[in-house]
Amino acid sequence: MSEELLALTAADAAEEIRAGELSSQELFETYRGRAAAEDLNAYVWVHEGPSPEVPPSSRLGGVPLAIKDLFCTEGVPSQSGSRILEGYRPPYDATIVNRLTTAGAPLLGKTNQDEFAMGSSTENSAFGPTLNPWDRGRVPGGSSGGSAAAVGAGLAPWAIGTDTGGSIRQPAALCGIVGLKPTYGACSRYGMIAFASSLDQAGPLTRTVTDAALLLAEMVGQDPLDSTSLEFPEPIEVPRAEDLRGVVLGVPEELIGPEGGVEPGVRARFDHTIALAEELGAAIEPCRLPHAPHALSAYYLIAPAEASANLARFDGVRYGLRVDGQADLITMYGRTRAQGFGPEVKRRIMLGTYALSSGYYDAYYGTAQKVRTQIAEDFRAAFDRFDFIVTPTSPWTAFELGAKTNDPLAMYMNDFCTVPMSLAGIPAISIPAGLSEGLPVGFQLAGPAFSENRLLSTAFALEQAIGFDGSRARA
Amino acid sequence: MLDRDQVLHVARLARLELSEDEVQRMAGELSKVLDHIEKIRELDLDGVPPTSHVVDVVNALRDDQPRSSLPLERVLEAAPDPVAGGFGVPSPGAA
Repeated sequence: MSEELLALTAADAAEEIRAGELSSQELFETYRGRAAAEDLNAYVWVHEGPSPEVPPSSRLGGVPLAIKDLFCTEGVPSQSGSRILEGYRPPYDATIVNRLTTAGAPLLGKTNQDEFAMGSSTENSAFGPTLNPWDRGRVPGGSSGGSAAAVGAGLAPWAIGTDTGGSIRQPAALCGIVGLKPTYGACSRYGMIAFASSLDQAGPLTRTVTDAALLLAEMVGQDPLDSTSLEFPEPIEVPRAEDLRGVVLGVPEELIGPEGGVEPGVRARFDHTIALAEELGAAIEPCRLPHAPHALSAYYLIAPAEASANLARFDGVRYGLRVDGQADLITMYGRTRAQGFGPEVKRRIMLGTYALSSGYYDAYYGTAQKVRTQIAEDFRAAFDRFDFIVTPTSPWTAFELGAKTNDPLAMYMNDFCTVPMSLAGIPAISIPAGLSEGLPVGFQLAGPAFSENRLLSTAFALEQAIGFDGSRARA
Repeated sequence: MLDRDQVLHVARLARLELSEDEVQRMAGELSKVLDHIEKIRELDLDGVPPTSHVVDVVNALRDDQPRSSLPLERVLEAAPDPVAGGFGVPSPGAA
């Protein structure tokens, strides 16, 4: 029975529950059993106590949800992968958590992540690295690596994560699942432990495009508690497109060439997917995003700058760790942060503080924000002619644990193809495009702001044509 | 590019105590990252406005209506040193 349950997509499971063929409690217990026994370190906390009762008629049917650690969940550990928040149980739920549980997706567990979402491998977690379900010697990507590994390994029917520069799309690619970063402002950030506020967005990590649409439909919408959130202009629909006639896809040479270090095996899957799109009726043309190669540099000024401000709140006063409370105030701050933060977080706080410091602000932060304007302009110009921009999601497949931990720049290159869309605030989705030497490859599609319905439709049609089988990772 | 004094200055601004080993490593690593990033300073950005917000929004206003906040005891639950309904902190000292 458990194997049959495992084969169901979240949408199928919700359907069976609604039809009375499956009980949501049975589904919950099956997944809880798998989550509690997992050996990928995908979870940092798994639901305890009786399984929640969800009305079968609810929109998400009672299909349990894995949630990235950095979402505040009332009374449940929310540590953002950091020692400084170890054991922290918030007194309230994030808006997204509230919406999804109310819609009928009960919390199954909290998933591992890079500390404060800073990383692309989940090796920066204070609670140990997460392993890739396709090869346990390799990383799942990051920062939402726990959510991606959990869905890829069948330890959760679906999950949510956050994406600042690629943190949903890249782990989704490396774990052979679907990951969507919505338009900036589409989903409320209230109750997400902030990394870079002008970039952070919540989004779904799922087995299929349809599952992603179902979650997204409940996530979008204005929230009085987040003044950057916006009313989504239309309801999110279940994607049904069967072909891509009339769709024009742009292939930016800046993001698929040697500069980003795209591996030949990844490039081969990308080219194959493009050919499938053409067979479905899409027109494929080269396009230019002249400033895209500079996106990473701009990002590694803007995101650390915002992080250095956001992480000032972790000072040993209101929650979390306090070290040397007997010392004077400034010493207590310095030691609490010294012991509470890991190496990558310290590095980014230092980088961001430097970029914002007197005398350097214009040269670094100011310049980066101008480059950001140029990148957004590049996309705007491209979308006059193209419906979507397509790239590989990650230049390479899952790499070995420890392979990039001693070289920050090499680690940052993971986000080469995903950061431009983040800076422009536009939606982008990664879908599995097959395997390269036994490891999943992701295909990324990006569209104009609020084009999620068309983006999901296009991804859905491609998904059917690709016919990716992820069952090996769930065995 | 970043020397030891600059690293210590930035660490002070960031309220981050660094070990001697970390100071050394940070100087090297940050310099390497900054060297890479610096390339954007060669771009011609004359007349380009800096991004302030990626989505077109003008103001986000709501009615100024009072609503209940979290109970004080819930808010203080996670505090390392709750004192008399507030957050206890060490003395700022002579510094």
